[in-house]
Amino acid sequence: MGFENLDFLTLQHFWWFVISLLFGLFAFMMFVQGGQTLFGKLSSNETQKTMLINSMGRKWEITFTTFVLLGGALFAAFPLFYATSFGGAYWVWMAILFCFIIQAISYEYRKKPDNFLGQKTYEAFLYINGSVGVFLLGVAISTFFSGSVFFIDSNNFSHWQHNARGLEALLNPFNYLLGFSLVYLSKISGSMYFINNINDDEIKQKAFSSIKVNAVLFLLFFLSFLAWIFTKDGFALNADGVVFMQEYKYLLNMAQMPIVFGLFLLGIVTVLSAIYMSVFKKRESCIKTIGVGIVLTVTMLIVSIGYNNTAFYPSTYDLQSSLTIMNSSSSHYTLSVMGYVSLMIPIVLAYIIFAWYSMDKVKITKEEIEAPDAHNY
Amino acid sequence: MEEHLVDWSRAQFALTVMYHWIFVPLTLGLGFIVAIMETIYLKTGSQLWKKTTKFWMTLFAINFAIGVATGIIMEFEFGTNWANYSWFVGDIFGAPLAIEGVLAFFMESTFFAVMYFGWEKVGKKFHLLSTWLVAIGSNLSALWILVANGWMQNPIGMTFNPDTVRNEMVDFWSIILSPIATSKFLHTISSGFVMGSLFVVGVSAWYLLKNRDVAFAKNSILVGASFGLIVSLFLAFNGDESGHQVAVKQPMKLAAMEGLYEGKTEAGLVAAGILNPNKTATNDESEFLVKVEIPYALSILSYRDPKAFVPGIKDLVYGNEEYKIMSVKEKMQKGKIALASLEAYKEAKKEKNEQKALQARQTLEENMQYFGYGHLKNVEDVIPPVATTFYAFHIMVSLGGWFVALFALLLFFSIKKDIQKYKLLLLSALWSIPLGYIAGEAGWVVAEVGRQPWAIQDLMLVGTATTHIATTNVIISFWLFALLFTLLLIAEIKIMLKQIKIGPEGEH
Repeated sequence: MGFENLDFLTLQHFWWFVISLLFGLFAFMMFVQGGQTLFGKLSSNETQKTMLINSMGRKWEITFTTFVLLGGALFAAFPLFYATSFGGAYWVWMAILFCFIIQAISYEYRKKPDNFLGQKTYEAFLYINGSVGVFLLGVAISTFFSGSVFFIDSNNFSHWQHNARGLEALLNPFNYLLGFSLVYLSKISGSMYFINNINDDEIKQKAFSSIKVNAVLFLLFFLSFLAWIFTKDGFALNADGVVFMQEYKYLLNMAQMPIVFGLFLLGIVTVLSAIYMSVFKKRESCIKTIGVGIVLTVTMLIVSIGYNNTAFYPSTYDLQSSLTIMNSSSSHYTLSVMGYVSLMIPIVLAYIIFAWYSMDKVKITKEEIEAPDAHNY
Repeated sequence: MEEHLVDWSRAQFALTVMYHWIFVPLTLGLGFIVAIMETIYLKTGSQLWKKTTKFWMTLFAINFAIGVATGIIMEFEFGTNWANYSWFVGDIFGAPLAIEGVLAFFMESTFFAVMYFGWEKVGKKFHLLSTWLVAIGSNLSALWILVANGWMQNPIGMTFNPDTVRNEMVDFWSIILSPIATSKFLHTISSGFVMGSLFVVGVSAWYLLKNRDVAFAKNSILVGASFGLIVSLFLAFNGDESGHQVAVKQPMKLAAMEGLYEGKTEAGLVAAGILNPNKTATNDESEFLVKVEIPYALSILSYRDPKAFVPGIKDLVYGNEEYKIMSVKEKMQKGKIALASLEAYKEAKKEKNEQKALQARQTLEENMQYFGYGHLKNVEDVIPPVATTFYAFHIMVSLGGWFVALFALLLFFSIKKDIQKYKLLLLSALWSIPLGYIAGEAGWVVAEVGRQPWAIQDLMLVGTATTHIATTNVIISFWLFALLFTLLLIAEIKIMLKQIKIGPEGEH
């Protein structure tokens, strides 16, 4: 029994699940981005700032790589989405990419002598990546619910219908809800990560109080986001493959897929309990709990808009051009080949976790950062 | 303005990929050199080798960071700027990119953190393993992207599906094991190894010239020159195989590389020459102002036979009955038939006329291999920029020859003599660092300029492959990239030079 024996529809569902899982993992890994917006607030001197930045500096590449893999997996599994969204919403994606380009050099170059742009610039780059980058990613994902303006011609070439090339998503205030939800969520997970990774009481205290403030803001935006999607009309598919607007589609999806809904709720409860344990019990290992919660919540949310006859990348310009996991996927053969490749993902996760544990057994301390032969960012 | 879209899209891709390629070769080569050095350190336990390893590792990390920064755009740029391409061949092309992410990028990034920060946190053996895994991971990532590139130059293992209007993969292994992908991979990574070696011997030569860190520099030259000599010989050997592959799969590229307009048997290889700038495919002017030729060499390189006929640009454009070469005009006719039958197929499907659809599909399949020619405007459009391809090729080959000699000399003098006394040789080593970068970029110019106008050989023109977008957008993003990457490059070079000045004894 191999992947090639699965029918096409099953493979498409399998791959949408993999994509959703990558979204989930990416959302969790954005604690790095959240941390990048906090190193100023959580530190009161240069050593502390360096501790914070080094703490993230040992993880940022995994987040970055997850993002790159997500792009590659979308290309391989749903190439019509890759072509339509990246080519169409050109400026949104370009802006996001620029935010990641400037992140990649900043850790390494920040403290190096003769670094041309100066330490402040590199720190600003990290801040921009953590705020603007995350916000725009949220906005881009939000268009999965609000829709975009494109049509697909008979050659399956796509044509974007707005000159702002994706930036028009910013004209829809509803798209801000997910953008800000992600920003504040990543600040929460970033703080929890610091608490777990750095041995410094002052930093820990500040991180705990930062969670309190950001949790309120996160809940405000996230609950509004949920209220919006669960009350709005959604882009549904009828038995003939015709796309139509259906009332309460996204709520209906949850009702019709109880397992997805159950795991989604479990994810939210887990996130909330991590916040509770952190704020009220000062528990230091909440990054793990919230990690599980974020992965579950985001994975299930994305799963829900690909399954159950839903168009996951809808076009409001031409409903029938909307992308579904059926009409935008790779061929049966490619999806099954890639199915075997996906078996590598657990192995990769395993060695990442192993390497992390080996490295994080020893927490970051002031002494380590100030040691004369220390390798620091 | 819109007719310039393809040129700006090309320019942006060329800009971003050439910037990326400044950093990749050093990562490919230095990764292994550092791993070798750390292995020696573990075997000998010598603190000097530890210092040597750590020093080159610092430079590796500075270079690695900007390689990552310029690399992310490559993963997404196929979508942002080549959306039509991404659909037309995404079913094949996407897979290697995703595999690259799963198998290679995570290996690099996970173990990079261990290698860089783990000295005091993990055991020595695990640390050494991590260093090797970073080197292997970065070379693995080169494998997958070169498989993808090789496929564009020689599309195989797929079939065209008129229902989805795209090419679909039918044979994964033939794509991975395609000879053109294999030789491309070996040629590219060995060029990276050469770059790493040039960098190590060049920087070390500078220390010797300054008469500082002598023991460290001599150690480094020994490792760099030994590794460099082996890999540069392999590179030359493998370059011959690459040339053979090009001759078979992309004869037009080969003709441009050699400035060959009129095909001939017993063809000589131009060792050096100056092209006649007035020469075109439509006039009878001579091809060269001056040239030095190695007799028979081109025929041997191309078809492993000194008597073999090597087609020139004119044969390939206008056809040659004697050697059964089809003219571009005829290919264009077949391409237009392919395009028309695709439309007929879609029409028939809409009308639910299966008989008509089947007929159209048959006609399409008969003419599919010329599909891309259907969009050509003039027959001469299939000729790539000859001068650029020719000079890039000859610069690359001559520099490759020089590197072999340089490594051999360095190795000889470091073993037999006191290399520090040979100032001219040390200066040559130092000045060969930029030459390495030039050779690497020139190689990619040959590969990519030489295959214009095709995004996918014979199937899709670069002009068809671009995203439908107003040109202004691409002009703006082009300049944003140019500005940002230039700033980052200046920062990288300054940091690098400073670290070299600080040297292995200083703090990093």
